[in-house]
Amino acid sequence: MKMTTTKFEPSITTRPVYGILEPQQGSAHLMIADGEGAGAILDLFARAGQQGIDLRPSTHLIYVTAANGTDLSDELSRLGVAKFYHGPTLAAAMSRITKALTDASMGLQIYLAGTESLIGVAQSEAMKAGFPHDGMQTEHRGSLARRVQCVHCKGITENVKTDPYVCSHCGLSLYVRDHYSRRIAAFQGVNIDAEDPGQVPDMVEKFT
Amino acid sequence: MGIQFNDETFHKDYTYRNSPAGIKRFPFPFPEDDYMYSVNIEPHVPGREGSVFEHTFDVDEHYVSEMRDRARVLADDPLRCQSLPHMTLAGWDLLELIMESKARDYPDMFQLTKNGDRWHWVNKPLGIDDTFTFLDETTLPYGPMEYITRQAQGDFTLQDQRDDNLWIEAGMVTSQADWSLDFDIGMSFHEWHAPVPLAGGMGIFDRALKFLLKLQYGAPVRRFNWTMTVDPLLDTSPENYHKWGPSKATLTPDTVGRRQHLRVELQTLYRLPRSNAIVFPIRCYLISFQDLVTVPKWGRRLHRVLQTLPEELAEYKGFARNRQMLTDWLAQYDDGSPTSPGWWAD
Ligand code: HEM
Repeated sequence: MKMTTTKFEPSITTRPVYGILEPQQGSAHLMIADGEGAGAILDLFARAGQQGIDLRPSTHLIYVTAANGTDLSDELSRLGVAKFYHGPTLAAAMSRITKALTDASMGLQIYLAGTESLIGVAQSEAMKAGFPHDGMQTEHRGSLARRVQCVHCKGITENVKTDPYVCSHCGLSLYVRDHYSRRIAAFQGVNIDAEDPGQVPDMVEKFT
Repeated sequence: MGIQFNDETFHKDYTYRNSPAGIKRFPFPFPEDDYMYSVNIEPHVPGREGSVFEHTFDVDEHYVSEMRDRARVLADDPLRCQSLPHMTLAGWDLLELIMESKARDYPDMFQLTKNGDRWHWVNKPLGIDDTFTFLDETTLPYGPMEYITRQAQGDFTLQDQRDDNLWIEAGMVTSQADWSLDFDIGMSFHEWHAPVPLAGGMGIFDRALKFLLKLQYGAPVRRFNWTMTVDPLLDTSPENYHKWGPSKATLTPDTVGRRQHLRVELQTLYRLPRSNAIVFPIRCYLISFQDLVTVPKWGRRLHRVLQTLPEELAEYKGFARNRQMLTDWLAQYDDGSPTSPGWWAD
């Protein structure tokens, strides 16, 4: 289990990069996290404590169990934030996230922590609600499994661990590019045996 | 009308052909015997008579068939034409630019009559005769960008300018060199260029963006890009890559001359007056190797360019697997004699 901040290989400029959550001044704080991202939230509160900032009365924390099963909701529930929600999956929590974003007033601080899928999807949702992507704090923890969009059928496959992988919608074998769309919150998958049908290399676990 | 339009196809039976006059005016993109990325931007000013630079938007013998091909691609995949809601004004700017240019440059084929906001547009080659109200979308059968780019050769993208960056937020893209508008829409200049090898590290995108942010209305610029395409397929999209990818594997030394095409993009950039957006028309020209070598200078030069091209570029452009076959074929047309500078035929 990766409890510390992830180190990334150098890549192309669309491949997202993440930082470390730092407490911000603000009237309200929205935190969205999954799985191991709970560790980043706990560290954030510890840091805030050292700086004499009490985020708890103005924090709304939305936490979901990660696709790999990691669930640290007990620790988070003990933080004592004003609003705490624990859900089974990101998909189940989506309507809450959208509501929290559209209800938000100016000065809302957004913190996202956990898997790339969670950060990407929450960020894309926040952008739709009018928040600039570079105004959010993000910290990667946990699995490096990717959310990938098939460029052919447009279907998104969650939690892709191998390269190549089989599109869960159209069944083509796809290689996973580092080219990333913040709008779709997904990497791009492209047919790997297009030029030589049937010649699919072995799947290698690359995103774990 | 001055132009005889070909009745031809860009898929399946591939009846696309260049006439002898079409070959002569082909925009051969290599001014030298080797090639590397650079900030190759020059003013888009009218060029030699008969050349593709003569007019603002070049209309050639492929016009009618290309527009038919665009309609076919759009019917299969409407996501090739997208415009985020705030880009409609830029679409009107583009409609005005194309209508005014074509009516001015080809008065026998296109006519634009304005009566206040009521515009009357006649496009004789496509048999269109429409009256509409400028800036009123409800008076057109499509949004303004889609309406006019169904009548204009080449792909078009519209970039909004804000936060010292350009954002690709609308486009009509059916004849692209393997990139997806649907995936890239909403990205900034460096983001949509991220897959390009080497150029970023050379500072090319930093300099190009800086230049474009200051692009002035009325002072358009142009540049060339190029790649290789097996069979004269305009729609080399990633969306359909699983369908056209196999064509690369069936190329043989005997079919190179007929099937391998040099694909040249004449890219222009205009600042638009009302929206302050930038439009990026990407006009694609295709020429078969067998037609290309009828101009001795081009055959010699293309051979040398392909021989010395950095491997990363051949990979990125998608012809690394056939590179040796192509250079072997072209070698027959390179006697080693010097080539004159510039891209015009001797
Ligand atoms: C605002 C206008 C522009 C747009 C919308 C645009 C768009 C694109 C796109 C979508 C690609 C393909 C990237 C991929 O592989 O996914 C590309 C490639 C490229 N662009 Fe641009 N571009 C623009 C302006 C420029 C300018 C001004 C330069 C000047 C240096 C430039 C240089 C390049 C180069 C060198 C490539 C690689 C092409 C190849 O090797 O085939 N672009 N561009």
